[in-house]
Amino acid sequence: MTCCTSAAGIALTVASDINKDGEILLASRIVGDGLRQTDLSVPSIHCGACILAVETALGALPGVEAARVNLSTKRATIRWRDGAPPPFIETLRQAGYEAHVYDAGADVTDKTFGELIRALAVAGFAASNIMLLSVSVWSGADDATRDLFHTISAVIALPTLAYSGRVFFRSAWQALRHGRTNMDVPISIGVLLAFGLSLYETATHGPHAYFDASVTLLFFLLIGRTLDHLMREKARTAVNGLANLVARGALVLQPDGSRVYTPVNEITAGMTVLLAAGERVPVDADVVSGQSDIDSALLTGESAPVPAAPGTRLQAGVLNLTGPLTLVATATARDSTLADLVRLMEAAESGRSAYRRIADRASQLYAPAVHATAFLTFIGWMIATGDLHRAITIAIAVLIITCPCALGLAVPMVQVMAARRLFESGILLKDGGALERLAEIDTVVFDKTGTLTAGVPRLAAPDAINATTLSLAAAIAAHSRHPYSRAIEAASTGKVAPHLMPETVTEHPGCGLEAKVGAHLYRLGRASWALAAQDETHDEGLVLARDGALLTRFEFEDKLRGGAHEALATLKTNFDIEILSGDHDAAVNQIAGELGLRYRAGTMPAGKVARIESIEASSHKVLMVGDGLNDAPALAAAHASMAPATAADIGRNAADLVFLHESLEAVPQAIGIAKTAAQLVRQNLALAVGYNIIAVPIAILGYITPLVAAIAMSSSSVIVIANALRLRARRTPGKRARPAVSRHPLNVTEEPA
Amino acid sequence: MADFLYLVPIALLLGLAGLGAFMWALGNGQYEDLSGAAERIFLDDKDVPL
Repeated sequence: MTCCTSAAGIALTVASDINKDGEILLASRIVGDGLRQTDLSVPSIHCGACILAVETALGALPGVEAARVNLSTKRATIRWRDGAPPPFIETLRQAGYEAHVYDAGADVTDKTFGELIRALAVAGFAASNIMLLSVSVWSGADDATRDLFHTISAVIALPTLAYSGRVFFRSAWQALRHGRTNMDVPISIGVLLAFGLSLYETATHGPHAYFDASVTLLFFLLIGRTLDHLMREKARTAVNGLANLVARGALVLQPDGSRVYTPVNEITAGMTVLLAAGERVPVDADVVSGQSDIDSALLTGESAPVPAAPGTRLQAGVLNLTGPLTLVATATARDSTLADLVRLMEAAESGRSAYRRIADRASQLYAPAVHATAFLTFIGWMIATGDLHRAITIAIAVLIITCPCALGLAVPMVQVMAARRLFESGILLKDGGALERLAEIDTVVFDKTGTLTAGVPRLAAPDAINATTLSLAAAIAAHSRHPYSRAIEAASTGKVAPHLMPETVTEHPGCGLEAKVGAHLYRLGRASWALAAQDETHDEGLVLARDGALLTRFEFEDKLRGGAHEALATLKTNFDIEILSGDHDAAVNQIAGELGLRYRAGTMPAGKVARIESIEASSHKVLMVGDGLNDAPALAAAHASMAPATAADIGRNAADLVFLHESLEAVPQAIGIAKTAAQLVRQNLALAVGYNIIAVPIAILGYITPLVAAIAMSSSSVIVIANALRLRARRTPGKRARPAVSRHPLNVTEEPA
Repeated sequence: MADFLYLVPIALLLGLAGLGAFMWALGNGQYEDLSGAAERIFLDDKDVPL
């Protein structure tokens, strides 16, 4: 009884034209000098020519002061003079780029990362210069020269510790103040004591100073810390993403008959909302007038849109496809369906935050051990010799030697390499912890619509349809953006004969398209509407009718994603697989049968979460692969999660990994890389521990000179880095030739040999 | 042997200059869009970051 199918990808790209002014104004910010700044997300920018085209198109608009494209983030930043916003989105569409408003407030620039990079640069500068001076001392500079070099080293080291060391001191102080200890405490103590002792040595003309050790230590640790930060989870914006799905506002009809663009959280129950085709329903509402089709694929996973007529109840977030509607709000944004999803998601996410990363677990064991060893060494030497200076020197040497340079690099280095490998295969990784979780999974749960299937309807058996008829249907369909119309257009190859060119085409929302060709009236749409003779038995798909007589039927199918068979064949050997879909039983059954999988159909978002929780309760770890808004809570609840790039924003945000290629083979590939990475992490941790087993006794016995400390520290770090680099050369098992076609503009290269 | 009296300051100054240049580039947004920078060399127009 429905006449169109849609999927997340399509639904999201259908942007509305009207009301954009209000939205742009709401999303812009004032930057001074009477200027406003707007950020647009333009996902299709991918080359230098695009940069030029977008910047030229935007720059030519009156009122635009400057426009700049960021190719890495695929965003355009526009500065414009205060007043009515120029038609940015319309202009870009004419230039061939789909754009939508990007809320700059949503991602604050990563301040910590900038601070780490600066601290790293300073530490690098200081470490190299002090090392240069130290090498001269080791190779025999003595007396006044040595003292001078030590003094210069001290002058360089002091500001460096103050600037670059803050990262560690702050965190150590935080821990101590709360009566805890963490990895940063022995680091801070070691670095500061080494510096203090070296100052004393310099003042008393001693032969050994440890400035190089304390600054090089900072340098290596900062490398590890920076990489680690890179792999840390970005503040999860999944929940914020929901807000972007709802329109920022809607056109509200005032009692006096005027129309005001009102922010969504000011819309209350009882207000009359005018909704154009292509817009999302802002709050739960009832239709009072108008006819249209509603795409609720993102909310329910249902693959086929439903018609809307006066009396239909609409949920916030569903997409109005074909005709304008007048709605009466029945709830505020806070009480709408979408808000329930937000709560479901927050609950699911808080459940997963209990996972502790392997590096954190290692450091919790490590810090007390380091403290104890250094302290016992100090006590031991005090008892044995009674020489305070000597005991302190050796205890500091122990602290420096045990400082977790290698440990700090062991995990993030592997994860950065793995993220690169994944990226080369067209898979984006959110955070390093996800990689660890992905390596642990033993069950894979797939969503159907848009995940196992491509999510875009295709014309079934186009060859069976007369080419002339098909091209005529395509010419009519070109006037609509309904997914079925697009499918017909895409399937047609021939040109329509001039005498068959439709003269006028009108769209009847919820029914189909009507076209006049010569004396004939053609209708493309729902059978019950297009055909004069009622045919209740067959209401699936579309028909093309001439003056009420059937010309042809169009059947549509949702094809399996490329590589689905291969990917599942690989996965089946090692994992338990299940389909969890919100679609109707019949639709899921067909796909599940074809792939030979277990399935559950008609599952609501809360049901999906419950199912995943019940699997995990029986001590299994689940990888959830899904795309829709209805999958988002499940994605957040699962041990690890993946989403295709065509997924709804919210799905992509909730997932740990996003794959850009159409092929489902990304799933076994990602699991393979994660497992290899987990193995390398374990090796690296073993190497770091092994290094300590050798070096610590030497330090405790008092044989560590600054030279030995520098060599030991650097070599252990270099070995760990070298081991991580092996990930580049390895090939994941079960990897096959990549599908030839990549629809994504990203240049994903073949595996390096 | 007294050469290092001016060689060491020169080495330090050169290092500081490099550090300063890096800090400037970082603050100036030169690292914001690396793939964009690679493409922009093909564009003839004057190029001013926002």
